Amino acid sequence: MKCHRPRVGPGRPFSSCWRPVPAAWRARAGEMLQEESDLSLLIAQIVQKLKGSNLYAQLERQAWASLQRPEIRLESLKEDIKEFFKISGWEKKLQNAVYSELNVYPLPSHPAAPPEHLKEPLVYMRKAQGSWEKRILKSLNSMCTELSIPLARKRPVGQQKELLNKWNEMGTDEPDLSLFRPVYAPKDFLEVLINLRNPNYENGDSLSFRTHLGLIQVPLKVKDIPELKECFVELGLNIGQLGIDDSTQVPPEFFENEHVRIGQKVLAEQDSAAAQQYIRQGSPTALRAELWALILNISSQPEDLLYYEQLKTNVIQHDLLVDSLIYKDVKLTASNDDYYFVFEDYLYQVLLCFSRDTSVLGHFAYNSASPPKSYIRGKLGLEEYAVFYPPNGVIPFHGFSMYVAPLCFLYHEPYKLYQTFREMYVRFFFRLHSISSHPSGIVSLCLLFETLLQTYLPQLFYHLREIGAQPLRISFKWMVRAFSGYLATDQLLLLWDRILGYNSLEVLAVLAAAVFAFRAVNLMEVTSLAAAEAVLADLSTLKVMPLLQIFLFATVT
Amino acid sequence: MSRLSVPCHVKGAVALQVGDMRTFQGRPGVVVIDVTFPSIEPFELQEITFKNYYTAFLTIRVRQHTSAHTPAKWMTCLRDCCLMPDPHSEDGAQEYVSLFKHQSPSVTFPKWLSHPMPCEQSALLLEGLPDPSRVSSEVQQMWALTEMIRASHTSTRIGRFDVSYLFPLLGLHCPEQVRPHSPLCYRWMAVMT
Repeated sequence: MKCHRPRVGPGRPFSSCWRPVPAAWRARAGEMLQEESDLSLLIAQIVQKLKGSNLYAQLERQAWASLQRPEIRLESLKEDIKEFFKISGWEKKLQNAVYSELNVYPLPSHPAAPPEHLKEPLVYMRKAQGSWEKRILKSLNSMCTELSIPLARKRPVGQQKELLNKWNEMGTDEPDLSLFRPVYAPKDFLEVLINLRNPNYENGDSLSFRTHLGLIQVPLKVKDIPELKECFVELGLNIGQLGIDDSTQVPPEFFENEHVRIGQKVLAEQDSAAAQQYIRQGSPTALRAELWALILNISSQPEDLLYYEQLKTNVIQHDLLVDSLIYKDVKLTASNDDYYFVFEDYLYQVLLCFSRDTSVLGHFAYNSASPPKSYIRGKLGLEEYAVFYPPNGVIPFHGFSMYVAPLCFLYHEPYKLYQTFREMYVRFFFRLHSISSHPSGIVSLCLLFETLLQTYLPQLFYHLREIGAQPLRISFKWMVRAFSGYLATDQLLLLWDRILGYNSLEVLAVLAAAVFAFRAVNLMEVTSLAAAEAVLADLSTLKVMPLLQIFLFATVT
Repeated sequence: MSRLSVPCHVKGAVALQVGDMRTFQGRPGVVVIDVTFPSIEPFELQEITFKNYYTAFLTIRVRQHTSAHTPAKWMTCLRDCCLMPDPHSEDGAQEYVSLFKHQSPSVTFPKWLSHPMPCEQSALLLEGLPDPSRVSSEVQQMWALTEMIRASHTSTRIGRFDVSYLFPLLGLHCPEQVRPHSPLCYRWMAVMT
């Protein structure tokens, strides 16, 4: 496990295990001994997870079926079956599944650590997340009582038929949503983050060296440019990138043709780890849909289609209050967007099903957030009558539908689109709207952005502060939406390629800082927050990869 | 072999102060926690588990009674074990930690208890620099003084402390940014957190 490159692995590096041993000790005590037991624990955890999966059942079936084959002999049964798996490609599928688990789930924690510790190790952050959730729930409940609409109700049969008929064109519906309002907007969430404080970290009343000059006041560890350069080494100046070296001025023989050829090979091998490494240099448009599916370990089986159809049935049969929130959000955001309005119907088909998907509840094991719990009428406090609301535990906020919109360019079958979105959400997007200390969590991203700007563009930072235009107030909305709706779609997809490739959202903070660096000259001349926002209002002409590359590799540090 | 938890009594934390300074404002960075074992039967300590709360470095010393005739000796079994790689940030601040001993069947006592850690001579780093313990006590005294003055809200102007020879570029408030590798700074960083 030690040879596993940290940046491809899970969020917390393997070496930050719960057992610190000073260097002199390690040599005597035998590092291998402790590492072996850590490894066994990790293997046991992954085996446990995979045992319940579809893949396990398939492997079992295949193993049984293979007994018919002539090359399987009784005396060497185990080896022969293993060999068969290797040749038939099942071993590769298993490898991909294991790799996926390593990427998504955090490492096994200390045996004494409670489950909350795995969600979020810092107590004050857990508390802040809890208070935030209470506020959201209160807002939702008050909307519910004001409008006298139940949180959930069964649709009458007539309405069910009607909905089924217009399932593919729900966008033509114009329900009266004027009374509904989004439960919260990104700027409300920013206020909560600004007020986050570590009770053990005393700043004193006056400005001291320990006060952060930006808005975020919690001392999380963020990378500086030398560390980012090490982390994002494949974005270096002398390495080919899609988004730079595929422009019309560059002959395709230099880079593009070879890169496409390698991409096709990676797809033929069906190797997740290789795909993840490959996509760091960008994905050719034609291969992107398949590459993302491979990296996210999504294989479209008949069972997946059935599962989606089941969710669709749930949507038809029951009406949830969050459905109206979703409608409202789509109408306010994606429908107004030049690039995404054509996909309005798809968005409903995905998001309405998403709200009802209880398999999403699994991600709350490593998300600092917890799903809102509701009780059957009259049974408050009784656990047997507790349900999660919405069934997937995720309450959409203003702009939520923009997480789905760019994916519509890649996938045309609703169930594939759905699977990809769900996987992207439980791997990445959930971190953008929950309070946690994770390096890819929104708090760390904000701090990373502010620190980069302050360190490498101090004059700009100071100027913006002085005119009352704290840079984070402008860039927060970009990062919360992972730049969806702000960049041109092809650029956005190139950015999301890197999110997948590096299994990290830090690239969002770096891009935000790079955008400020790019428009620094104009920003130095503005004298108000409104003017600063105007300078940064339109990002649709920006080219993402040159900005990232120059900021990381061509800035004097 | 089953593992049992050993009953132990953990006394409250006591702050250590440098020199004779009797001030309540100064926040020392070193705290001592005494752990006693009420059980009389001897046992082999395998693992110490605790939850950290913003401690950067940990030293464990053990006083062992070997026999009735020899006086009990203090031994260091763990020195400056790093619990927080960056004391100014949250990494490792609230983690659960286990410290193990290595099983050494040939030795009666656990190896880690019988061999005290030798005093590390970081002589290479300290050439040409002032004596760290002297600097440490001076800086700590000045820090305590600052805190006292801040607390007493005096209106008299305070002249600048002459620390220019120690921190040529930075003011009094940022000592830890200078020479991050010296032992002085580690202890200082523990003060800051």
